[in-house]
Amino acid sequence: MSILVNKNTRVVVQGITGKEGSFHATQCKAYGTQVVAGVTPGKAGQEVEGIPVFNTVHDAVKKTQCDTSLIFVPPPFAADAILEAADAGVKLVICITEGIPVNDMVRVKRALHGRPVRLIGPNCPGVITVDEAKIGIMPGFIHKKGVVGVVSRSGTLTYEAVHQLSTLGLGETTCVGIGGDPVNGTSFVDVLPLFEQDSETKAIVMIGEIGGDAEEKAAEFIKKNIRKPVVSFIAGITAPPGRRMGHAGAIISGGKGTASEKMKALEAAGVRVCKNPAEIGTTVKTALGR
Amino acid sequence: MNVHEFQAKSLFAQFGVPVPRGKEVKTPLQAEKWAKELNSPVYVVKAQIHAGGRGKAGGVKITKSQTDVPGLAKELIGKTLVTHQTGPKGRKVRRLLIEEGAGIAKELYLSLLVDRDTGWPVVIASTEGGMEIEEVAAHTPEKIIKEMIDPAVGFQGYNGRNVAFALGLNTIEPAVINPFVQMLGNLYKLFMDKNAAMVEINPLVVTTDKKLIALDGKVSFDDNSLFKHSDVQAMRDLNEEEPLEIEAMANNLNYVKLDGNIGCMVNGAGLAMATMDVIKLAGSEPANFLDVGGGATKETVAAGFRILLKDKNVKGIFINIFGGIVRCERIAHGVIEAAKEVKITVPLVVRLQGTNAEEGRKLLKDSGLKLDVADDLWEAAQKIVGMTGKKRSKPAAAAGGHS
Repeated sequence: MSILVNKNTRVVVQGITGKEGSFHATQCKAYGTQVVAGVTPGKAGQEVEGIPVFNTVHDAVKKTQCDTSLIFVPPPFAADAILEAADAGVKLVICITEGIPVNDMVRVKRALHGRPVRLIGPNCPGVITVDEAKIGIMPGFIHKKGVVGVVSRSGTLTYEAVHQLSTLGLGETTCVGIGGDPVNGTSFVDVLPLFEQDSETKAIVMIGEIGGDAEEKAAEFIKKNIRKPVVSFIAGITAPPGRRMGHAGAIISGGKGTASEKMKALEAAGVRVCKNPAEIGTTVKTALGR
Repeated sequence: MNVHEFQAKSLFAQFGVPVPRGKEVKTPLQAEKWAKELNSPVYVVKAQIHAGGRGKAGGVKITKSQTDVPGLAKELIGKTLVTHQTGPKGRKVRRLLIEEGAGIAKELYLSLLVDRDTGWPVVIASTEGGMEIEEVAAHTPEKIIKEMIDPAVGFQGYNGRNVAFALGLNTIEPAVINPFVQMLGNLYKLFMDKNAAMVEINPLVVTTDKKLIALDGKVSFDDNSLFKHSDVQAMRDLNEEEPLEIEAMANNLNYVKLDGNIGCMVNGAGLAMATMDVIKLAGSEPANFLDVGGGATKETVAAGFRILLKDKNVKGIFINIFGGIVRCERIAHGVIEAAKEVKITVPLVVRLQGTNAEEGRKLLKDSGLKLDVADDLWEAAQKIVGMTGKKRSKPAAAAGGHS
């Protein structure tokens, strides 16, 4: 078992003929992911590493029965690409693109509401189910099949946590990057119940950061609904208010969204909160009694 | 991206949100000329800096005498204002907004932003105009009015009426209800059309002659949308930004200056924040946030070094790279090459992990450069803090964002 993606997931890569798209499509395929199609308007008939390219997502779905999209389209056109995937009936859309206008995401989120599609991201590393499917830009080799589900707003910080889990022999089930933008498709509270229900996942690592209140909402949810141990790290305890820390969503505004508030809420919900990012792995180990 | 009050108000006027008659001036002579033209019973002279709290810091002057205006302008231009948002260094005043005064019957608060939970635009309003909205929210949350705008259909009249009646405009001054609804619709149009991150009117005033007027105004823009608006880009005032941050931006680096002693260079925003946090845990304070991004090269590493070393507070540098797609041996080459170009005068600790980390560490060790190599995050943080002393700098002052 795993969540969201597995060895049967059939992936279409939107923007596959671009530099990023072709590189990562190849990497995903090499990991064992079923990358069955690519889309670049006007380039139908071409191939990228043996992956057939189509003009539209509709064509790709019709010819290859792809059910998941991975998007590398540049920011001005990414909203269009997400909506195209949803319109073509793709049920999971993973958008890597960083820098999409916030108002574009406002429209996209509204348009996807109530439709049978899940958007992960944007501005995220993607999703990986270890040894089954890598649908994103994360380095596959740091992952090791195991028992910990990881959900995170960050990229390289997730790799750091995964590295610790793998080194300690705990390993991961699925790792989900939900992205660093203020308006995104999937939040912690959407992913946490999936891990709770997944029989292979024995513990959950949740990596948050300053800005917004997704972590506070998660704390509330965990208190009521999650029985598995949850370990959390919140980045940005040293970040000053009013300054954006790289990610569009990582900003303390109006005194809201500080790391300490989030840590307090999570601790009150019974989550083991690490102050030191170097101790994520060992904290999980303790939580699992290993 | 933030803009000045006078720029925000010119956008308000453009979209049909009423503002006082006013003009930006840069010299006492311009102030004198404009005051004559304005010919108002009351003149308001306002320092234009990207920070709130100007009034308390002496940056806003009010006079009934037209002849006093040039003198007040002279007093303010070139003055450094220190407010709770500027940090201890303050901001130098280079421009003023001079406008007519208004007879105030009631002050209200009004703003628009995107609610992160729902992803819908939200109007925030309060009868407590002129106060900081954070204070109102903290002490009297019942006085905060929120109205969600469905982005599928945009602002509707009922949205405006909901806010107007919740504010009690029917008892304050019924004559302004319809103008208020219309004004709020215009403000929403400005917010969406110009891809603002936030528009704020504080205070929005009901005047003694039964009119609505935006007495103060603030607009900030979504950086991701700036490519759509050359007119907004033209409003950028580099005088209001940290020089090192401007240099970083020119090199495609994401840098935020802080007040500590340990410069850090990291790939990825989350890991960069975590690196700052671990420096503090080890007993020191970070000098900056610096994300060199996924495609770190010799050039970006060199630019990063130059920027870090220009900060006189930096007593040591901590490079923390988790190689994913970026291979560590390439980063190591980048550090070695950059160190040849940029003279590194402070202790340096490099922590490499991930793809080809061992190869990278060996390259650094064999390079003959004066640096320490680490593979564990905590070990590396303790090393750099140990080399630079556990001196705690003053807590970072709030900076940026004027409200």
